[in-house]
Amino acid sequence: MKPVYLLGAVPFIGILGGIFFANRVTPYVLGMPFILFWLVMWVVLIAATMTVIYRLDPANREESSS
Amino acid sequence: MTALAVIFAFLAAAIALGLRARRGKDMDLEQWSVGGRGFGTTFVFLLLAGEIYTTFTFLGASGWAYGKGAPAYYILCYASLAYVLSYWLLPPIWRYAKEHRLISQSDFFVAKFSSPLLGSLVALVGVIAMIPYLVLQLKGLGIIVSVASYGHISAHWAIVIGTVALTAYVTISGIHGSAWTALLKDVTILAVVLFLGLYLPLHYFGGIGHMFHAVDQAKPHFLTLPSSGMSTSWFASTVLLSAIGFYMWPHTFSASYTAQSEKVFRRNAIFMPLYQLVLLFVFFVGFAAILVVPGLKGADADLSLLRITTASFPPWVVGIVGGAGLLTALVPGSLLLMTSATCLAKNVYRVARPTTSDAQVGQLAKLLVPVIALVSLYFTFNGGSSLVSLLLMGYSLVTQLFPAVLGSLLARPVVTKQGAATGIIVGVATVAAVTVTGVTVGSLFPSLPESVKDLNVGIIALALNVVVTLAVSAATREPALQESSLATENA
Repeated sequence: MKPVYLLGAVPFIGILGGIFFANRVTPYVLGMPFILFWLVMWVVLIAATMTVIYRLDPANREESSS
Repeated sequence: MTALAVIFAFLAAAIALGLRARRGKDMDLEQWSVGGRGFGTTFVFLLLAGEIYTTFTFLGASGWAYGKGAPAYYILCYASLAYVLSYWLLPPIWRYAKEHRLISQSDFFVAKFSSPLLGSLVALVGVIAMIPYLVLQLKGLGIIVSVASYGHISAHWAIVIGTVALTAYVTISGIHGSAWTALLKDVTILAVVLFLGLYLPLHYFGGIGHMFHAVDQAKPHFLTLPSSGMSTSWFASTVLLSAIGFYMWPHTFSASYTAQSEKVFRRNAIFMPLYQLVLLFVFFVGFAAILVVPGLKGADADLSLLRITTASFPPWVVGIVGGAGLLTALVPGSLLLMTSATCLAKNVYRVARPTTSDAQVGQLAKLLVPVIALVSLYFTFNGGSSLVSLLLMGYSLVTQLFPAVLGSLLARPVVTKQGAATGIIVGVATVAAVTVTGVTVGSLFPSLPESVKDLNVGIIALALNVVVTLAVSAATREPALQESSLATENA
């Protein structure tokens, strides 16, 4: 278990835990109710998180085939 | 009639692509159902994405935004979290599948637990779970064709036409056709959804912000989760369950076999979540429809996207939207049909009659396609659920396979075949009992706090499943159990 894998737990906390605090309409962000903005933000952050994990994971450097 | 003509042009294009993909390929069972395991990042992305952008997302997600409001947001979240899991879940599954030349999801269980009977059980559970998913696609097809004909074709006939088209398509092309049509589908659906999701709020309200303000004014509390029922704890538990169940669908599980290398999945885990954002625009359409075409009740909310389209655009645009919708039913529908047929032929029939040859299994699989289509057609005509409730039911069923899959991937054999089988049976029986009787956590234990009462009932089934799996495994474990090294030779 590589330490960088722990990053994978972060989006779960943000969405499954965060929803209890983000369930509100205001403030509107980018025209969206706050709760929807919160979830959209996390979807984008998931992509960012997975990029970091992908880059730091040695498993992706070993194979040369694509 | 313009709209219908455009839709049929889409259908013709899909069938032509299927025929083209087939040419020059020797279609044995492996070619027909896992494409010879030669698909790179793009195609696996498309096939698995083909999974996500189904009629369910197109019509179901807008329908839920229209009819239920905030609870629809869950659809945006669960697949994104499933991709996070896929980074670690899919590579070992793919590696094992390649090593043992597996074709279906059940093959995985057969090989891992050295038990063809467990494979049959998994195949049956998978097929039972896929039926509501197929029904969902057929219902969607029916909605699209009947709305696009402006009432000239009844929903009944529309569904029959859709089923025939789907069956013909699968029989002709197998998975190669699915991959190519997935490409066509993704391009059109992306264009259609982005256009509708941006244009409609702008046209009717002057912008997305204005639209949400108007909805909030007309329907206070509609844009946030309610304090009971589909509350925050319902949301969290449903997202978690669906994320776990995401890759347990037999067709998704085996679509992952088509990859060229395990790296494909790790790379896809980055891009797939962003692709989910398309759903946001589907929600926008649903929310816009609340004020533009009000009054659709219950399961009719699924019509909202098409109703607002017919109310806003000339017939040829309706045709393009309908054509995109047709593809969202055709691609996943064909994967579902093909997978159910392969599962039944290979993992149920062949276990009962072990002398069946590979060629016969392949032939039987193709014969089963229309049979399964007919069964789904029957259920489509005899049930009134909305698209999302159909999917949630299927998800509760396939999620029951997760404990056994996870157990089989551990280095030490913690889960035995008896444990896996009883766990799955208990989980599925619980889901069935809950679906038939309609109980919720709240009605079982009225004294619990609201946040516990609103938990998705699938959680109970999964918890029972895990307990039984571990208990029975502990009781049946042999002291000197070797890693499943026997009988794995192409099971």
